[in-house]
Amino acid sequence: MMASSYNAKEEDGHHSGASGPGGGTAVKSKKPDNTAFKQQRLPAWQPILTAGTVLPAFFVIGLIFIPIGIGLFVTSNNIKEYEIDYTGIEMSSPCFNCSQNFSWNSTTPCKCSVSFSLDQPFESNVFMYYGLSNFYQNHRRYVKSRDDSQLNGDKASLTNPSKECEPYRTSDKKFIAPCGAIANSLFNDTLDLFFIDPNGTRTRIELVKKGIAWWTDKHVKFRNPGGNNLNLTAVFIDTAKPVNWRKPVYELDTDQENNGFINEDFIVWMRTAALPTFRKLYRIIQRKNSMTPTLPRGNYTLDITYNYPVRSFEGRKRMILSTISWMGGKNPFLGIAYITVGSVCFFLGVVLLIIHHKYGNRNNSADIPN
Amino acid sequence: MERLRQAQLQWQQLLSSESGRGWYMPPVAIPPKSASGSTDPPVHKIPGKRRTVIARHGPYQSEYHGISKGYQGNSIRTTKYTLISFIPINLFEQFHRAANLYFLFLVVLNWVPVVEAFQKEITMIPLVVVLTVIAFKDALEDYRRYRFDKKINNLVAKVYSGKQQGYVDQRWKDVRVGDFVRLSCNEIIPADMVLLYSSEPDGMCHIETANLDGETNLKQRQVVRGLADQGFEMTPEKFTSRIECESPNNDLSRFRGFMEHSNKMRVGLHNENLLLRSCTIRNTEEVVGIVVYAGHETKSMKNNGGLRYKRSKLERRLNVDVLWSVVLLFVMCLTAAIGHGLWLSGLKDPPFMIPDDTSPVLAGFYMFWTMIIVLQVLIPISLYVSIEIVKLGQIYFIQNDADFYNEWLDSTVQCRALNITEDLGQIQHLFSDKTGTLTENKMVFRRCTIAGVEYPHEDNARRLELYEEQDWDDEALPASLRKPRPRMQSLSCNSATSMNSHTPCDPEPGHQGDPQDTPSPRHAAFSSRMEKEVLPDPLLLLKLNTLSSPELPLLDGGGDASLEITYIVDFFLALAVCNTVVVSVPQQKQHTLQIPDVPRTPLKSLEDLKLLFQRFGIPRFTSISPSGAETSPGGNNPTRFAQRIFSRTSAVPPPSMWMDARGEEPQAAGSRAEQAGGGAEWVEVGPVYEAESPDEAALVHAARAYGCTLRARTSGQLVTELPGIGRLPVPLLHVLPFDSTRKRMSVVVRHPLTGEVVVYTKGADSVIMDLVAPPKGDAQTPEKHRDIRGETQRFLDEYAREGLRTLCIAKKVLEEEEYETWLKHHVFAETSIENREELLMESAQKLETGLTLLGATGIMDRLQEDVPETIEALQQAGIRVWILTGDKQETAVNIACACRLLRHSDRLLTANCSSKEACEVLLADLRAVIHSSRPGPGLEEKAGFTLVIDGQTLDWAVQDGLEEAFLELTQQCRAVICCRSTPLQKSQVVRLVRDRLGVTTLAIGDGANDVSMIQVADVGVGISGQEGMQAVMSSDFAVSRFKHLRKLLLVHGHWCYTRLANMTLYFFYKNVAYVNLLFWYQFYCGFSGATMTNYWVLIFFNLLFTSAPPIIYGILDKDVSADTLLQLPELYQAGQNSQAYLPSMFWFTMLDALYQSLICFFIPYLAYAGSDISVFSFGTPINTSALFIILLHQVIEGHTMTWLHGVVLLGSALFYFAFTLVFSVICVTCNSPANPLGIETRYMSDPVFYCVCALTTLLALLPRVLYRCVRNSLCPSDIVRGSLLDKLGLDERHARIQNWRDGRTHAGPLLTTTVTDPTLTGGHFTVCSANTRSVLS
Repeated sequence: MMASSYNAKEEDGHHSGASGPGGGTAVKSKKPDNTAFKQQRLPAWQPILTAGTVLPAFFVIGLIFIPIGIGLFVTSNNIKEYEIDYTGIEMSSPCFNCSQNFSWNSTTPCKCSVSFSLDQPFESNVFMYYGLSNFYQNHRRYVKSRDDSQLNGDKASLTNPSKECEPYRTSDKKFIAPCGAIANSLFNDTLDLFFIDPNGTRTRIELVKKGIAWWTDKHVKFRNPGGNNLNLTAVFIDTAKPVNWRKPVYELDTDQENNGFINEDFIVWMRTAALPTFRKLYRIIQRKNSMTPTLPRGNYTLDITYNYPVRSFEGRKRMILSTISWMGGKNPFLGIAYITVGSVCFFLGVVLLIIHHKYGNRNNSADIPN
Repeated sequence: MERLRQAQLQWQQLLSSESGRGWYMPPVAIPPKSASGSTDPPVHKIPGKRRTVIARHGPYQSEYHGISKGYQGNSIRTTKYTLISFIPINLFEQFHRAANLYFLFLVVLNWVPVVEAFQKEITMIPLVVVLTVIAFKDALEDYRRYRFDKKINNLVAKVYSGKQQGYVDQRWKDVRVGDFVRLSCNEIIPADMVLLYSSEPDGMCHIETANLDGETNLKQRQVVRGLADQGFEMTPEKFTSRIECESPNNDLSRFRGFMEHSNKMRVGLHNENLLLRSCTIRNTEEVVGIVVYAGHETKSMKNNGGLRYKRSKLERRLNVDVLWSVVLLFVMCLTAAIGHGLWLSGLKDPPFMIPDDTSPVLAGFYMFWTMIIVLQVLIPISLYVSIEIVKLGQIYFIQNDADFYNEWLDSTVQCRALNITEDLGQIQHLFSDKTGTLTENKMVFRRCTIAGVEYPHEDNARRLELYEEQDWDDEALPASLRKPRPRMQSLSCNSATSMNSHTPCDPEPGHQGDPQDTPSPRHAAFSSRMEKEVLPDPLLLLKLNTLSSPELPLLDGGGDASLEITYIVDFFLALAVCNTVVVSVPQQKQHTLQIPDVPRTPLKSLEDLKLLFQRFGIPRFTSISPSGAETSPGGNNPTRFAQRIFSRTSAVPPPSMWMDARGEEPQAAGSRAEQAGGGAEWVEVGPVYEAESPDEAALVHAARAYGCTLRARTSGQLVTELPGIGRLPVPLLHVLPFDSTRKRMSVVVRHPLTGEVVVYTKGADSVIMDLVAPPKGDAQTPEKHRDIRGETQRFLDEYAREGLRTLCIAKKVLEEEEYETWLKHHVFAETSIENREELLMESAQKLETGLTLLGATGIMDRLQEDVPETIEALQQAGIRVWILTGDKQETAVNIACACRLLRHSDRLLTANCSSKEACEVLLADLRAVIHSSRPGPGLEEKAGFTLVIDGQTLDWAVQDGLEEAFLELTQQCRAVICCRSTPLQKSQVVRLVRDRLGVTTLAIGDGANDVSMIQVADVGVGISGQEGMQAVMSSDFAVSRFKHLRKLLLVHGHWCYTRLANMTLYFFYKNVAYVNLLFWYQFYCGFSGATMTNYWVLIFFNLLFTSAPPIIYGILDKDVSADTLLQLPELYQAGQNSQAYLPSMFWFTMLDALYQSLICFFIPYLAYAGSDISVFSFGTPINTSALFIILLHQVIEGHTMTWLHGVVLLGSALFYFAFTLVFSVICVTCNSPANPLGIETRYMSDPVFYCVCALTTLLALLPRVLYRCVRNSLCPSDIVRGSLLDKLGLDERHARIQNWRDGRTHAGPLLTTTVTDPTLTGGHFTVCSANTRSVLS
């Protein structure tokens, strides 16, 4: 009791005048400080939302959003995009055959080519994407199935990758590099683009395969083990290739700067897509000079080495050619949304103005000032 | 007469269950109050478990160890944990909370491989954070307790040591049962000890129990019977007695046992022999005691109850909504589980599937649990922690409100319960005690009637009115300017050299502040000037002065006149002696006055008395009663008298003179400053009375005003001064202390003048009236006596109507033989070991019969300042105010009028009935009355009815079957007054109303009799006033005045409620809005439980980024200013009706959250659909918009923005950006797979990202903004109107508030109708007249 009553005194700041161990301390007035903070009188802005106070904001928002929306819309419309589905679902599709007989391990690649024509020239740099639909790269267990340390060049992880990679962790009693389901399911179609001159000659269009991955991924996140050791074969000697791969990771490219874990196609694939329908950057077609468009009007052929199976999950494969702007790829949605929201705000502003004039005054006469 | 009997019967029944209201306390018991109310501790029969105590260093050393083995030492440990046990015990305790268990469950769930959603560590973060925060708080509290324990354990006391053969300093913790402890004045008692020796004569000792119960008046303790008489030598070695007593228990007011001396003689031990741990020795030079209970077995430690936990209404509502959240979570998880199953069943071995052979059904089942982990945030776990923090903040501000500061007591509001602040804003019924709560509980003698003659004391009434203004002005003075009231009585030990009474026992030197600067703290003992200075009634004074006047002999023949004189003298003698007041004089050597050598002059008759008066009264004491001088036939010149009084050269006159002199011309007091200065010296010399109840002090002061001064008191003798006679020793034979059953106290004395054994009794009128009988023998007296009794009753009723507290004074002359017989019984009772209380009670009842009524007193208890205004405001706020009092009906009604609970126009329904049947009929009739007189449309229905019900009727009314009718009736009434109610009834009524009507109740009271009511009510408020600390100790909030309730409820209550309600809703909103984002994503990831957000951000989003703003808003938000809230009590009704947090609000908020989450997910989705955005990149715009939405939502929902809000909001946003940016730069391989490297930096430099965020944020908030402003413009709520008023200038605001008022209160006055009912047995009807009001207010 005593201890607690002393406690209570301390806590309560109450002095009963008892000369106990707790009460004998220097006595000072318990009067609370008269500060704005303690008395809850801090100067405050009191936003009260009424039609009168809010309606200017609505007009302002309307006035800002509509121009932005128009800008976005125009920009999006200026972006040229061409998309071609080469899955080969229909019998008529040139890739129908390839899509039918499939095995991950077939040694003879199935090739098909799709022709298309561009109605408009693509002026600036053109980005070539491959698109997959109904491919759940964001599946929880799929997303996890990788070992970032291994990909970062960590020697220990190379030969002992994370458990998360199971069941793509070992193969033939060797550890897989790169391990995990993501790497295992690497997109391995090869796309080649040819321009068909009106005279019928096929001109191969140069596809740049570097610079398609994020700079940070290429230079920081992904690293080959063994540092600057250029002999990747030796580095990866104790590892197995992913089950579905045709060739090991150190043979992805002949260019050492683009081989092994820092192969950009690989890096792009490893950045798993957010949504089941996605595209990934495949190649860049760089503009040669300012005089000629990157992709002139005319006929093209897309040569496909058809390796990647999608029919089991009713997926689709696409090739997309697109120019880009400051806002990225073509997407009319933002522009339209901005224009709509801006207009709605403007309209609401008008409604509020009416309300304010009709009721604001009435309230004013009674109680409510504005 | 029949009616009276009935009333008396009822009264008695009431009294039988009532306990210590406080107007007299047993002289030695600590608080009899602890036994009050419904929580009576079980009666502890001594033949239960016993303990034997023998001296540790006494002759039976070997035996000592055998006996005392099981007894605890005196060291205490109030900490819950030790260093080692802290973690396990604290964790164990924390996991008693369902919320923590839930989180633990999630953590464990995450360890199951098939359902694992995140990395294991991440799921543990919230739990770990919550546990750490709480553990830190607990550890801090416990450490503080530990420090206190250590400090107390290391206090030093003089303990007898066998080795050194003397008393040596020992630390408290080393004290053992059986030790002899010697204590000096102002030392604290280290353990419960039986008092063996006191340096005081008669073995008395005084203790102050302030540390125990906050009462600062002194209590007497007595050396064990026999030891003092024998001149007991305190040499522990020779202490051969053994003590048998009860096993340790927590009953502070009871101690039973006996001491067996070596000669097998047994002496009973009682409470008055026990010194309780943590009390302080006062006014006694030295005491020695033997420890019987030590450490945790002491009574004070046994009384150390834990904090109570009340659950607020809002919290109950919140728990329901948490359950709804669980349901929502369940539905969402089920959806995901089914979705996953369906999705899986349509797939055949795609490359993105990790092959396993789980069937879709089983996978769906696993998914259910995975989703529970993913969506865990939906259960607002942080809400509970946040609420605790917010409440601490709210309490901080309540306690720091300068308006609650009471200069006089140097105290401010105390918040004792930490978790029901918001209930303050939802009070619907208020139950108030009367005495000490509405009134000051400063008892002032107002008037009296003696022998059937009324003395109106007109001057006294005027004086009181005068003080009223003065006093309140006084309280406005800053404490430093006021003269501190020195507490003289307890300083006057020989050893104490200074006057500072507050720090004499400070164990740590150097801590002593300057006590003279401190304003006097609360104390029950001292009376203010107003209470001390009583202006005598001229007529009464005249009559009394005949004692000392030379004309006394002339009265010889006049039987009536002389009879009256004896009545008057006896009356004042009774006032002076029939009490337990402790007298002390500060500047004298001894605190309790030594009996001066007054020769005892046994006088046999009134004749002798008169002779005596003649003989030595006149020359010395002729001028003793100066105020009566002008009318005195002796013709004393008042000016001459004053000269004599104030001439410094003259011998020091009797101290009482100053009182009289002051009383002579109160209105001139100011102009005679220099004389007052001279007078002040005398006051210091004069006796200081310390009474256990204010009534007692008032009566003693009244007697003193008439020259009957109580001069000194010891256990066996009182010294009184009678006008015209001088100091007389009054042998005090017995004190039969007050108890709540008898409702009276008596003293048995030998009359100083006649030498007869006389019993003086004072008590409640109903009790005394029953015991009064015509004195036997005297032939002429029966009629006279009946007259007196009738007249007195008449005056008593009048007093009660005036709102005065009444007491009857009676006496009884005992024949010697009669006394002897009784004495034998009484001594037997006193010394008996078993059933002592019962026997004592019986003995007292035997004595207190056949009393002769002397007269009655009316004591005034002023209303506290601003009570009427407060009650009015509370009523305007829609709070039903009930008064529950133990007082008489008339008094209660009168006070109710005075505090404007009753208005002139009100109709009073009185319910007094004698049987349940009658009660039933009455209730029906009253309802019919209300029904029939229901006002026409447009008028407020319930206005104008007030129910007055007495305790007896209340008893029937709250019983089975009738309570419905009763409650229905009370619902129709604006106010209810329950008078003559017992503590138990008070709590019954509160419980009935609380449970049956389902309303939030507040009980306010100041005394022990309110404790049960305070505990039952949803919110208990204690008034820290005159009545000790019992009410405060059991309360949730303690204020010093009733008026503080106004700001506490109307402002702080409203704020706390609104803040907390808004915060709670906001938390639900926040969690649902955020978690739904994850849920929507499931539709795009095959319901696989994937998240598009970095797990760290996901966990921190709730824990760090968005947790501070709601807390700040919860503590600081202010919808309407304090000023407006006070002026418009109507605004309080928003809280009463739970308007800020209705179930509909919850669902409305949920819908809004759903909408916002849809917007927040699908705008980014549409903006990025089909692009090459990666999983965790996709989360970035969503998270960022969610952050903006959630923070801005807070701004919209909040009502104020101070720089503090701004800083926190901005800080939260910046923190989020800083965290994610830094994380995305430095985290290279960490946190796989949600490796954020480069994501934020990339997206935050992308204009589209900002376009998306802006669009999302705007669109998400648009509906709410629109709703708010349309609502506020078209039909603003009262709160909004109130806050709009805040924006106005001062003058305009006042004008508008006035307008508002006028618009609301258009109800006209109602006709006053007296409701009489045939079944009424004691119905009264009182109209609040201007007359009664002026007296009281």
